[in-house]
Amino acid sequence: MGRRLAGLFYHRPKLQLGALLAAPMAWLVLLYLGALAILLITAFWTVNPLSGTVIKEFSLENFEELVNVPVYREIVWRTVRTAVLVTLTDAIIAFPIAFYMAKVAGRRGKAILVIAVLMPLWSSYLVKVLAWREIIAEHGIINWGLGPLGLHGPGEGLVAVWLVFTYLWLPYMVLPIFAGLERIPNSLISASEDLGASPFTTFRRVILPLVFPAVVAGSIFTFSLTLGDYIAPKLVSNEQFIGTSIFASITNNQPFAAAFALVPIVIVIAYLGVARRLGAFEHV
Amino acid sequence: MVAVAGIDLEVAKGEFFTMLGPSGSGKTTTLRMIAGFEDPTTGTIELAGEDVSGVPPYDRAVNTVFQDYALFPHMTVGENVEYGLRVAKVDKRERAQRRDEALAMVRLPGYVGRRPAELSGGQRQRVALARAIVNRPKVLLLDEPLGALDLKLREQMQVELKSIQGDVGITFVYVTHDQEEALTMSDRIAVFNDGRIEQVSPPRELYEHPANEFVAGFVGVSNVIERDGARQTIRPEKIELLVNGTAAPPGLHTERGRLTGIAYAGSITRFIVALEAGGELQVVRQNVETAPGGVPSQGEEVLVGWRPEQAATIEGTQTKEEVAR
Repeated sequence: MGRRLAGLFYHRPKLQLGALLAAPMAWLVLLYLGALAILLITAFWTVNPLSGTVIKEFSLENFEELVNVPVYREIVWRTVRTAVLVTLTDAIIAFPIAFYMAKVAGRRGKAILVIAVLMPLWSSYLVKVLAWREIIAEHGIINWGLGPLGLHGPGEGLVAVWLVFTYLWLPYMVLPIFAGLERIPNSLISASEDLGASPFTTFRRVILPLVFPAVVAGSIFTFSLTLGDYIAPKLVSNEQFIGTSIFASITNNQPFAAAFALVPIVIVIAYLGVARRLGAFEHV
Repeated sequence: MVAVAGIDLEVAKGEFFTMLGPSGSGKTTTLRMIAGFEDPTTGTIELAGEDVSGVPPYDRAVNTVFQDYALFPHMTVGENVEYGLRVAKVDKRERAQRRDEALAMVRLPGYVGRRPAELSGGQRQRVALARAIVNRPKVLLLDEPLGALDLKLREQMQVELKSIQGDVGITFVYVTHDQEEALTMSDRIAVFNDGRIEQVSPPRELYEHPANEFVAGFVGVSNVIERDGARQTIRPEKIELLVNGTAAPPGLHTERGRLTGIAYAGSITRFIVALEAGGELQVVRQNVETAPGGVPSQGEEVLVGWRPEQAATIEGTQTKEEVAR
C-alpha cells in the first residue's frame, strides 16, 4: 500500500506538490486572505453614531470621510512622506555598509558584519523603540552630549519618528543591497577600471545600475514597514500617522478603521507595481 | 606571501607574448600587475619606456580580455564596446564608427543591439575582444580568454586571435596553461613555475631545447632519462620503435626495453617503454598501415632509437613534485 502510494506520487510531481502544499495553502487562504476579504467588506459598513452599533449595509461614507476631511489627507500625506524619507535615509546609510561587507571585508569580517547587521532583528522591537525613547528624552544621551555645546536634541516629534524608523528598518535595506553587490562579479568592476573609468564612473555606470533593483527590493521593506507601523510614532511623538489613526478608531468605529486600513494596502500595491517595473523581483 | 619573485621580462612592440604555466605559478598575478590591478612590492613596470608602477588601471594604456569576459550585463553589445570610448569622452560619431570597426574585426557586425545574455560563449569572447581593442591600447592583456570554450571553437579562435593581432599590430600578452595554445600562437613564450620564470624562448626552441626538466615536462611530455650522469629529454615523436628484430638504421642511438603500456588514440598510438638501462620513455607512433614489424603488443621486448642530436641535455633542476599535465 505504502509502495503503491509512493509510486503514484513518484510519477506525478504535480500531485506530490499539491499534497505538500495543500495544508499551508489552506491556512494562508482562510486566515490571511479571508481576513483581508472581511476587512474589505467591513470598510463599506458604517456605525450608528448614537448607539455605536455597526450597520451592515453597503455605504461609501467612510471613504467620503477619508477623502473630504483634511485631517485624514494630511495624516496619509505625513505617513507617506515619512516612509519616503526613511527609505531614502536608509538607502544612503545602507549602501556604504553593504559595499564594505560585499566588496572590501575579508571572509571573517564579512561574517561578523552580517551578524552585526542581523543582531538588532533578534531583539524585541519594543525594547529598541523604548531604548530610543530614552536616547531622545529630555535627560537622554543626545541632550547630554549636545548640552555643553549649547544645542538641544530633537526631542519627541516627527524628527524622532524619522530617526527611530530609520534605525529600525536599516537591516532590511542593508541585506538586499549586500546580496545585490555580492552578485556583481569583481571582474566587472575590474573591467570598468581597465577600460579607463575612474572609481566614481565605475560606481555610476556599472555598480549602481546593477545593484539598483536590490535597493528597490530593500525599499519595499523600509517603505511598507513605515507605512503600517503605529507603535513607534505613539512612543516617540504625538503626531498622527495612518497606523495610529487606525488603532484609535478600532474600538469605537471598526468600519472606518477598516476603510483607513485599505489606504496603505493600496499604496503598497502601487509601490510594488513600480518596484516590479524597476526589476526588484528579478533575482528573488 | 610571495606570488611572484624575480620576474624580469621584456616584451617587444607588436609581439605576441605568452606566459605559460600551471595554475598558481604566478602568470595571472604578473598579468594583473601589468594591468595595474596589483602593485609589485619591489621592482617596476614600464610601458613604452615609461614607469607605470603605482599608476591605477584606469590611467594605463593597457586593456584586458578577462577570463570570464566580464561583459556588462545591463548594456548592449554596442554599449559594451563603446564603454572605454565613452569614458574617454570620445564624441558620438567617432564612437559609433570605431565600435562598428571593432565589431566587424571580430566578425560580429550587426550585433550592436544584442544583450550579452543572448550571445554564445564564443560570441561573448569576441565582444570582450572588441571592447578591448577598440581603445587601441599599447598592450592587450588576455587572461586565458579561450579557457571556457570547447575544443573546436578554441582552435578556431586561436587562429582568429593570431590574425586579429596581425591586423591591429597591438602587443599581446597572453596567459594560458595550455601548452599547445601557447605553441600555436606565440612569438615568444615565458614558462612560469612557482612564481619564477623557467625559460623565455620562441615556441620551437622551447619545445626542442627545454632548459630544464620542468619545461620539458610542462611543454610536451616529460621524457627524461639519466645517462652517464647527464639528464636528457627526447620528444616522444622523435623516438623510433623497432619491433620483431627490425634492424636499426645507421647512426641511431638504440636502447633495449620492454613495452609496458599501449594507448591507441586514433591518429597516433602511445607506447610506454621501460628501458633496460633505467628510466621510462613515451614513444608516439603515427598509425600508418606500413609500420615495419607490425603492431607490437604489451610486454614485448623492443628496441628504441633516436639520433643523438634529437636528445636535449637539460639541467638537473630540482623538481620536487611530479609535473601535472
